[in-house]
Amino acid sequence: MIPLSHYLIVSALLFAIGSAGVFLRRNLITILLSVEIMLNAVNLSFVAFGRAAGNVDGQIITFFVMTVAAAEAAVGLALVIALFRHRESLNPDAFTSLKW
Amino acid sequence: MPETLLFYVLAAVAVVASVLVIGQRNAMYSVLFLIASFGALSGLYITLDAPFVAVAQIIIYAGAIMVLFLFVVMLLNAPQEDAATWDRTNPLRRPGIGRIGASLAGLLVVQLVWALGRIAGLGEGVRAQGDAATLSSVRELGRILFTDYAFAFEATSALILVAMVGAVVLARKESEQ
Repeated sequence: MIPLSHYLIVSALLFAIGSAGVFLRRNLITILLSVEIMLNAVNLSFVAFGRAAGNVDGQIITFFVMTVAAAEAAVGLALVIALFRHRESLNPDAFTSLKW
Repeated sequence: MPETLLFYVLAAVAVVASVLVIGQRNAMYSVLFLIASFGALSGLYITLDAPFVAVAQIIIYAGAIMVLFLFVVMLLNAPQEDAATWDRTNPLRRPGIGRIGASLAGLLVVQLVWALGRIAGLGEGVRAQGDAATLSSVRELGRILFTDYAFAFEATSALILVAMVGAVVLARKESEQ
């Protein structure tokens, strides 16, 4: 019998890996992938909590999170394509014009 | 116990593949490792009596979203980060800001595990309560989705429409205006 806390620790590790990717990487596509890792970590904890509580609400919220992830990927990748056309670079440090 | 072993193997694959996602210089390999991570997560959903979520994870995430990412990586002919930049920005070799980012992520793990340690009742088996047959039934899932969560479900369709229009507008070539 696997305790709930083990699922939550896996979820916490995945979330931390995703946030480390957002903090550390300098590639827009990898940053978007790290956001997907974080969304999946949260999905895992939703399903684990739902199973522990004995109802299906955790699974249903997971579907909504997946929908939001799909929308986020579509808009995010469209932005990446537009930015790449503009600057020929995927490095977020190249897009600093709003600063000045 | 095979169930326990399965959990640890799947969890290890998910975590290691995710670490490799953020450790790759080539975006293509990152996407492929992320697909491996999603496959392992889908196995974890099956151990949680959520087979429909597991299948949706494979079809929607690995099948649709990751293919979208792969298309963009190939379309942009994504320049992989050159070796000098990689050395400079590698979290392990980079001074200053990189160490702050890495230590923030480490701090997040410590905080989350510490918080988990203070909640009572997490030590019980995750499948102790509830009926596995009801929880894994797609019929029950659909009934609740289309009754209790009907408004959220309809709102989702508006979200997808907005995202679709937004993606088309953003990715359009400016010269066509």
